[in-house]
Amino acid sequence: MSRVTIPVAYMPLVDAAPLIIAQEMGFADAEAIALDLIAAPSWSSLRDMLAFGRVDAAHMLSAIPVAMRLGLGGMTTPLAAVSTLSVNGNVFGVGRPLEDRLRALGSEFDFADARHAASMLAKAHNGVLTVGVPFPFSMHVELLHYWAERTDLGSDRIEFRTVPPPLMAEALEAGDIDAFCVGEPWGSVAVDRGVGALLLPGQAIWQGAPEKVLATRTDWAESEPDLLGRLIRSVWHASRWLAKPESKIAASEILGRSMYLDLPPEIIDRALSGRLILSSHGEQRRNENFLRFHGAASTFPWRSQAKWIAHRLIERYGLSTDLDAAASVFRADLYRQHMQDTGADLPGASEKLEGAILHPTAVASSRGQLSLLPDRFFDGAVFDPDAPI
Amino acid sequence: MRSKLTIVVVEEDRDRALGIVDALQNTGDYEVFVIANYSGLARKIAMHEPDIVLIDIDNPTRDMLEELTIASGPLERPVAMFVSSSAGGLARAAIEAGVSAYVVDGLAPERLKPVIDTAIARFGLVRQMRQELVETRRALEERKVIDRAKGLLMKAKGIDEDEAYALLRKTAMDQGRKVADVAEALVTAAGLLR
Repeated sequence: MSRVTIPVAYMPLVDAAPLIIAQEMGFADAEAIALDLIAAPSWSSLRDMLAFGRVDAAHMLSAIPVAMRLGLGGMTTPLAAVSTLSVNGNVFGVGRPLEDRLRALGSEFDFADARHAASMLAKAHNGVLTVGVPFPFSMHVELLHYWAERTDLGSDRIEFRTVPPPLMAEALEAGDIDAFCVGEPWGSVAVDRGVGALLLPGQAIWQGAPEKVLATRTDWAESEPDLLGRLIRSVWHASRWLAKPESKIAASEILGRSMYLDLPPEIIDRALSGRLILSSHGEQRRNENFLRFHGAASTFPWRSQAKWIAHRLIERYGLSTDLDAAASVFRADLYRQHMQDTGADLPGASEKLEGAILHPTAVASSRGQLSLLPDRFFDGAVFDPDAPI
Repeated sequence: MRSKLTIVVVEEDRDRALGIVDALQNTGDYEVFVIANYSGLARKIAMHEPDIVLIDIDNPTRDMLEELTIASGPLERPVAMFVSSSAGGLARAAIEAGVSAYVVDGLAPERLKPVIDTAIARFGLVRQMRQELVETRRALEERKVIDRAKGLLMKAKGIDEDEAYALLRKTAMDQGRKVADVAEALVTAAGLLR
C-alpha cells in the first residue's frame, strides 16, 4: 500500500483533535496516509479551500454542508459529511456587564438549567440581546434559536453577530456583543481574560448535538473510495484514543503546540476533561460528556441529525427544499461501507428519534453491544425525522 | 444597470488599502470605498450597496461577510462569493493569490475581470512584501541574539569575536542545529544563571 498525503483543513479549536491526533499519534500512518493539516483563518476560507480542491477533507461545522445543499450562502459545491468528529462542546457565555446584572439578580451560574438561565437573562437584559457566533450556519445558531424560541427569552430578542472564535474575547471587551456562543477553548480564553463568564454548556440545550463533521467534496468521496476509507478509519482510531481518560494530558499538550492552537495545555484540558472554570470568580463545574469524540456511535453521521438541522434551516429561511434531499449530505452509507470490516459496532439504523433517549439505552447494532447515551432536548421535545414539526 | 461599478475594499492597513485603491483607479472608473474598522462590518458594507467586495483571504473577519450571502439579509439583491458565479479559472487564480471577492449575482464577467485581475496583482504584491518583511524581521532578531551570544562567550572565555562565532558555528554543526538556536539557548541559559 503506497503512502499518500491528504491535505486537510481545520479551524484551531479543541474539537479538531481527532484529525490532529490521527496525524500526531500515528493512526494516519497505520493506514498508510499522512494528513497535511492546514489551519484556516476563517470558516468561509475553509469551505472555499475544500470546494476548490486546495484540500480534500476538512473539519467542518455540521450545519455547513446541509446549508450548502439548501442553497444558503454563496457556494454550492456538493459536500459530503462522511463521519461525525465531535458531539457537543460549545459554551454559551455573557460579557461582564451582563454577568454583573445576572449576579445582582441572584443567578447561581449552575451551568446546567437552560430554562432558568433564559428566564434570568430575560430579566437581566432589556431589549435585543446581541450574541456573537462563529458562523451564520452552525450548531451554535441552531441551538440558540431553539432555546430562545422555547423560553422566556423569545427568539425575537436575540440577534446574531458573526465573530471569528479567536476574536470573541475582543468583541466582548469592545462591547460589540452582549453574549457569545463558541467552541472551546475560546470561551475559556474569554473567562481567563476577565471579559466573560460561562452560563451554559451547549448540551444543556441538546445533549446529542453533532458539532463538527469530517467533510469532503462529494465527487472526491465517490471517486477516491480507498483514500476515503483510510481517512475515516484513521480518524475513528484517533477518536477512540482521545476518549481514554489517560490520553487527556498528552492530547492537551499536543493540541497546545504552537503549530496547532498555540495555547497553554491547561486551558485546552478544561474542555477535554469537562472541568470548566466559569468566571473570574473561579467557580469550577464538572460537566459529564461536555465534548464527546467517541463511543455510543458518536462518530456515526446520523441522517436524522442532518434532518433536524435541515428542518430548522428550511423553516427559518422559508425554503421549499425536500428534507430527505437536504439530509442526504450526511453519508451514513459511506461510513458503513468503510467501517464494516474494522470491528466497530455499527448501529442497525441510520435514523433515529432525536431527543428520545433519557438513559443509556441498548440498540440494535452489528455486534450487538451498542448503547446510546441520553440525547435530550432541554424542553423534552422529540424530533421524529419522518414527521418533523 | 449602473454605469460605474461600486467596489468596497475591506482592509485595516491604511497604506495597503490606498495601494489597492490606486491600482483600481488606474484600471478603470470605479467608485471605491475602504472599510478599515471591522465593527459592524456587514452592515457598513450593505450601506454602500457594492457590486464587488474585496477582502484578503487570510483575514479572519471574512466570516462576518458571510452574512451578506444570505438573501434575506440587509441587501435585497443576493450576494454570492464570486467564485461560485463566474468562470472557474479566474476564481481559482484569485483564491491562490489570496483574494476573496464577493460579487452581486448577475454581474457580467467581462466587467468583473479587470477588477479581479488588478486585485490579484495587488494582493500578490502585498503578500510577497509581507512575507519579505517577516523574513527580514526574523533575520534581524537572529542577528541580535547571535551578537549577544558572541558577547557572552567573549567575556566568559576571553576570546575574540571571530573565535566566539566559530565556536557557536561548530557547536551548531555538531548538534545539527541552527546557529541562531544555539545562540538563543546560550542567552537563555546565561539569563537563568545570572
